[in-house]
Amino acid sequence: MVGRAVTSRDLVLGRLRAALATGGPAPAPVSRDYVQADTVDVDQLAQRLTDYRAHVHRATEAAVADTIADLLPAGATVVVPPGLPPAWLPSTVTALTDDGLDHGRIGAADAVVTAAAVAIAQTGTIVLDGSPDQGRRVLSLLPDRHVCVLRAEQVVATVPEALARLTPHRPLTWISGPSATSDIELIRVEGVHGPRHLHVVLLP
Amino acid sequence: MTRRTFLGMPATAPPVTAPAGVGHLRGDESFPDAARRSLADPQLRRNLRHATTTIRAKSAGVIDEQADWEQLRAAGAAIKADTLHRLPDLLEQLEEKVTGAGGVVHWAADAIEANRIVTDLVRAAGADRVIKVKSMATQEIGLNEALEAAGITPVETDLAELIVQLGDDRPSHILVPAIHRNRAEIREIFLREMPGVDPALADDPTALAAAARRFLRETFLSTPVAVSGANFAVAETGTLAVVESEGNGRMCLTVPDTLITVMGVEKVVPTWRDLEVFLQLLPRASTGERMNPYTSMWTGVTPGDGPQAFHLVLLDNGRSAVLADEVGRQALRCIRCSACLNVCPVYERAGGHAYGSVYPGPIGAVLSPQLTGIEDNASLPYASTLCGACYDACPVKINIPELLVHLRAEAVESRPRPTAESIAMAAAAYTMDRPRLYAAGQRAARLSRLAGRRGRGLPPPLNGWTASRDLPEPPAQTFREWWAGR
Amino acid sequence: MRIALFVTCLADTMFPQAATATVRLLERLGHDVVFPTEQTCCGQMHVNTGYPREAVPLVRRHVRVFDPYDVIVAPSGSCVGSVRHQHAMVARRAGDVRLASRAESVAGRTYELSELLVDVLGVTDVGAYYPHRVTYHPTCHSLRMLRVGDRPRQLLRAVRGLDLVELPAAEQCCGFGGTFAVKNPETSTAMLADKMRHVLATGADVCAAGDVSCLMHIGGGLSRLRTGVRTVHLAEILASTEQSGTPSARSAVRS
Repeated sequence: MVGRAVTSRDLVLGRLRAALATGGPAPAPVSRDYVQADTVDVDQLAQRLTDYRAHVHRATEAAVADTIADLLPAGATVVVPPGLPPAWLPSTVTALTDDGLDHGRIGAADAVVTAAAVAIAQTGTIVLDGSPDQGRRVLSLLPDRHVCVLRAEQVVATVPEALARLTPHRPLTWISGPSATSDIELIRVEGVHGPRHLHVVLLP
Repeated sequence: MTRRTFLGMPATAPPVTAPAGVGHLRGDESFPDAARRSLADPQLRRNLRHATTTIRAKSAGVIDEQADWEQLRAAGAAIKADTLHRLPDLLEQLEEKVTGAGGVVHWAADAIEANRIVTDLVRAAGADRVIKVKSMATQEIGLNEALEAAGITPVETDLAELIVQLGDDRPSHILVPAIHRNRAEIREIFLREMPGVDPALADDPTALAAAARRFLRETFLSTPVAVSGANFAVAETGTLAVVESEGNGRMCLTVPDTLITVMGVEKVVPTWRDLEVFLQLLPRASTGERMNPYTSMWTGVTPGDGPQAFHLVLLDNGRSAVLADEVGRQALRCIRCSACLNVCPVYERAGGHAYGSVYPGPIGAVLSPQLTGIEDNASLPYASTLCGACYDACPVKINIPELLVHLRAEAVESRPRPTAESIAMAAAAYTMDRPRLYAAGQRAARLSRLAGRRGRGLPPPLNGWTASRDLPEPPAQTFREWWAGR
Repeated sequence: MRIALFVTCLADTMFPQAATATVRLLERLGHDVVFPTEQTCCGQMHVNTGYPREAVPLVRRHVRVFDPYDVIVAPSGSCVGSVRHQHAMVARRAGDVRLASRAESVAGRTYELSELLVDVLGVTDVGAYYPHRVTYHPTCHSLRMLRVGDRPRQLLRAVRGLDLVELPAAEQCCGFGGTFAVKNPETSTAMLADKMRHVLATGADVCAAGDVSCLMHIGGGLSRLRTGVRTVHLAEILASTEQSGTPSARSAVRS
């Protein structure tokens, strides 16, 4: 190693290798005999989302716009990711399609409407992966109300099934109910920094 | 033994622990002294009892409905044990993947170096303020103090950390750092310290959370650099994960231009699939939820979405010394869920501050002394009755009682000269290895007790016992005397 | 069956009534109890205080003394826990692999009293009579090191005349912890106070457990407060019959 300074990288890796040099028993193989997959129960998803104070609405594809119209006051400004199906948006709201909107405008909007990538019934979780119908992460973060439209075929039963469907290299946001905290006396209260209201519209 | 060398360093070189004088791994006083003060505060004890009782019940409820909980625990423990066994290789793989995805990886041998790396990065970004996601690693290294010394303002954005920071206080729990405060106390802190707060602020948790939202919103939108920790880093893909509840994590990980993540080297997991185990274990063991409200995952930099500069700082700071101890290394499996704190009867009475370190409770009692070297935290392995509740609660099956006993032996061996205790222990062992001496000792004990102190009043250090309990009278006959006379 | 009694040093010296009750109970059930007199102490105190090296001769002695027996019983969850979970570790730490393997063999034949009765001898009704209101404290090492589970309560429920009342927060440690009570007396006392509050809330006149160490702790506190609640070892209750009379009003701890 003459001629090259020992970097911190060398130092840390060297210390870790030295720590393991004495050997010790090889660890046991990892057994994955926990539940991998289960039957999908969309009612369970609805119930568990509701448990965490999300609002769940059932609609057909054709009725999405009407359902959303009922959720948002007329004239509300709504942030829209560029790939959202246009038919989902009611005519009663003002759409603000993301073409590089600044944070101020996103935060000032009344709501955001997105699709989702996957949902997990057993934990009451929806996952966004930044696809064009979901948009940049900040879109679903700054507005106070998030409306997420979910197709039944996107619902899986378990966490392992969800990970198998997701692509690690996309930016992922797992959402289980609205923003919440248990920091005061361990009592869960909804609504801190993320959207304080989460609506999930479930399609068949 | 073969003497293998790495970069000229012999394999037998002594392990390097976390340096003193920086960070928060060492308390100012011993555990019994610090605990004595906490125990004298009835409000603190009420707050702790209420909080730990609440979370124990919540957690038990959601663990009960997970029928494969024991299989998940076994898998979690096995994945972590495997990870530790090949940690250097996994870290190199992680570095390659993060770098390939547009991130920059830095290596920090200790707290001083990590603080310098982060400070330089913040300066290079031209910022005089950073927003922070709650992170044990940055508390461990005292990053906030280092940033302040460099003229940079760190803003804690987690509600509990904000309460601690505004109250000029210290965190007392891994998950809920302000667990020692109740709502009325938090309202007082906000009224006193939070600029622009409504003087009519109510003391219900919803109103207090809303006040924090208003206070921090502008700061989130106007601060160009964020600092976070990481719950998991996937070597196979270079993906980082942060698990949180409030959305302050999403703010920090999404809104600023530059993100700096400081991560203990043991947080790496081998594969993407391994997350399926930990994302089930962590929320149920920690907040008692089926899933926490938000989990963010990112891999390097995503063009057009989120921070366009990402730095990952890999921190040793004594972890290699923990790894060097074949028994002790299991403490590095910890996923910081804090379940062991919530079930610990000692933590429930003494509170988190008594442990001196940022890592309180049972896991702190075995992790802190290993990170610093036993000499600097010698009283912590004794801060337990060895009741075993922590081992049962641990989602990655760290045998904390075994570790406590292991570290007690190290504490004894680290003392430079014999103590009254070590002399008494040696004498007891000598006697007990000689049945006739032992039986004579039994008779002598009876005589001395009958002769004098009836029931109460022993000399120090045994007076700790008789201060609040009676000691039994020795019986008229020992068992072996009874047996001999049958 | 021939059963070797591992009396434990604390029961031998301070609480012989728990050990004599174990002998009377097993003999009443038709078994042959032997007491190897060369036994002293299992070394748990040394190991748990940080002196595993000093415990090596005690482990060696224990293994030598009990190795000839097929079935070994102790009226203590804690000491059986030490034999089962610490002896081999102490030997290995000292580099004595052979001792470690012999220790494991002895550990496999060593039972806590309720384990012996329910699992080995297959009895839950031992024919005892004990007309008292009793609450049971499951000591930590019985509960979490040995996993004796419901066995002690099964035995107590079968005792005639006994009114078993559930102890609130039963699974919480009493705060003894061996040298913990001496090194951290204030925290230990705070834990004891809660345990006593729960015991008193049951209205029981007897608090039972399978470890004299925890009983000494709880009993010491109850005695100081002059509560009138007695602490009695599980073996003493199971040894009591209509003929023998119940243990006299003497509690494990007297003031």
